[in-house]
Amino acid sequence: MTDVTVLAVEGLSKTFTLHLQGARRLSVLDGVSFELHRGECLALVGPSGAGKSTLMRALYGNYLAGAGRILVRDGDEVVDLAAATPQRVLDLRRRTIGYVSQFLRVIPRVPTLAIVAEPARRAGLSDGEAIARARSLLARLNLPERLWDLPPATFSGGEQQRVNLARGFAVPYPLLLLDEPTASLDPPNRRVVIGLIEEAKARGAAIIGIFHDAEVREAVATRTLSVLPLAAEAA
Amino acid sequence: MTPEAPLLEAEGVTVRFGRIEAVSGVSFSLWPGEVLAIVGESGSGKTTLLRTLHGDLAPCSGRVLYRRRSGETVDVHALPEPARRLLARTEWGFVHQNPRDGLRMAVSAGGNVGERLMAAGARHWGRIRAEAAAWLARVEIDAGRIDDPPRIFSGGMQQRLQIARVLVTNPRLVLMDEPTGGLDVSVQARLLDLIRSLVRELGLAAVIVTHDLAVARLLADRMLVMQRGRVVEAGLTDQVLDDPQHPYAQLLVSSVLQA
Repeated sequence: MTDVTVLAVEGLSKTFTLHLQGARRLSVLDGVSFELHRGECLALVGPSGAGKSTLMRALYGNYLAGAGRILVRDGDEVVDLAAATPQRVLDLRRRTIGYVSQFLRVIPRVPTLAIVAEPARRAGLSDGEAIARARSLLARLNLPERLWDLPPATFSGGEQQRVNLARGFAVPYPLLLLDEPTASLDPPNRRVVIGLIEEAKARGAAIIGIFHDAEVREAVATRTLSVLPLAAEAA
Repeated sequence: MTPEAPLLEAEGVTVRFGRIEAVSGVSFSLWPGEVLAIVGESGSGKTTLLRTLHGDLAPCSGRVLYRRRSGETVDVHALPEPARRLLARTEWGFVHQNPRDGLRMAVSAGGNVGERLMAAGARHWGRIRAEAAAWLARVEIDAGRIDDPPRIFSGGMQQRLQIARVLVTNPRLVLMDEPTGGLDVSVQARLLDLIRSLVRELGLAAVIVTHDLAVARLLADRMLVMQRGRVVEAGLTDQVLDDPQHPYAQLLVSSVLQA
């Protein structure tokens, strides 16, 4: 890996074995390899069900890699996420790899501002700094201030997605994974997200995204990677 | 991250009741500040394992090592009984599923919390009462209830009081057995949020036994899945829940109704 490489994926494969369905095996990824450099934004393209989200989840350690290596630059170190201990993966998630999913996992009773500030706090910012960062992102994403002290359980899909985005952009992660970050947003908020992505690239973040919205993809992507469906194998 | 030593280590722990092997060769490490959930259905051995970690039950083979505040590592089951009890009072806490097992129901709420402090060596009455009052506030029990006995509290309040009683002595390791088990869903949410924020603020290491996967998702960094006394799967909580590998873990995860 060179100095500018943030992520190098080598021969990544993923097969699900469905034990409840007669141990049927579903191969989703087979020998995926690519590199990602500082300031790049790689868009994953391919039909629905081809494994784009599976790839993202594997890169976050949410799905176990079946074979291959996921080399992530962490300061002066290079860590193989596919072989790292759970503690090391959690450590990478605190400071190095950010992930914005399509859906917000709501925690009962916890207000929006605290949910957004939490990753920044865990990355080592003081309470005051984390809250300040959360406020500025929520404002930028046009979430009305009167909602900030409410738990987001009752928010609309677009509002929840903006809470999720604020969470993901509150920490300057070197590697950012965005799974359809603009799916439920209106055009003005899509433009805010394009702005956030451009700023992240400018500070040197490497980004991988699934962008169904062609306008967003064309605005932010510097490269694309095709993810194509594999034929299902018999057990 | 500093490469510290684990706080608690189970090495091949096996527990038998007569001919029945309740826990079979369980090994894991718990690191400082880490929350580990042990999940599995009734009878999978998770509570037996928890009680063995706490020293209430002795393994027939294997051992449990604990690194004390002083840095010394001790074999929990090789300690003389008084030394183990002292450890349980000063460095550990145990939260029972039924608050009746962890509280004295006829003693005042303040007394329940103060008593733990006194058992750990506190003597100044005014300070003990002030500390007890502060902890009641922290677990959201109204200051006006400090002299009431928990027997007249609701189940949720009793459980919050038990948590205050356990945490007042500033333990490093907390073991919890189905802490939200007998409570209504609305009360559970409040308690979970409370446990979650206290664990993070205090940097506690915790082992939480639960059959509720949502509790594990919310509270735990890592989890172990137990079936018939064995650990069949272990890993990051979200990885085990979203991409379970073992047939039993897949069954467990797929059996949860989506609300």
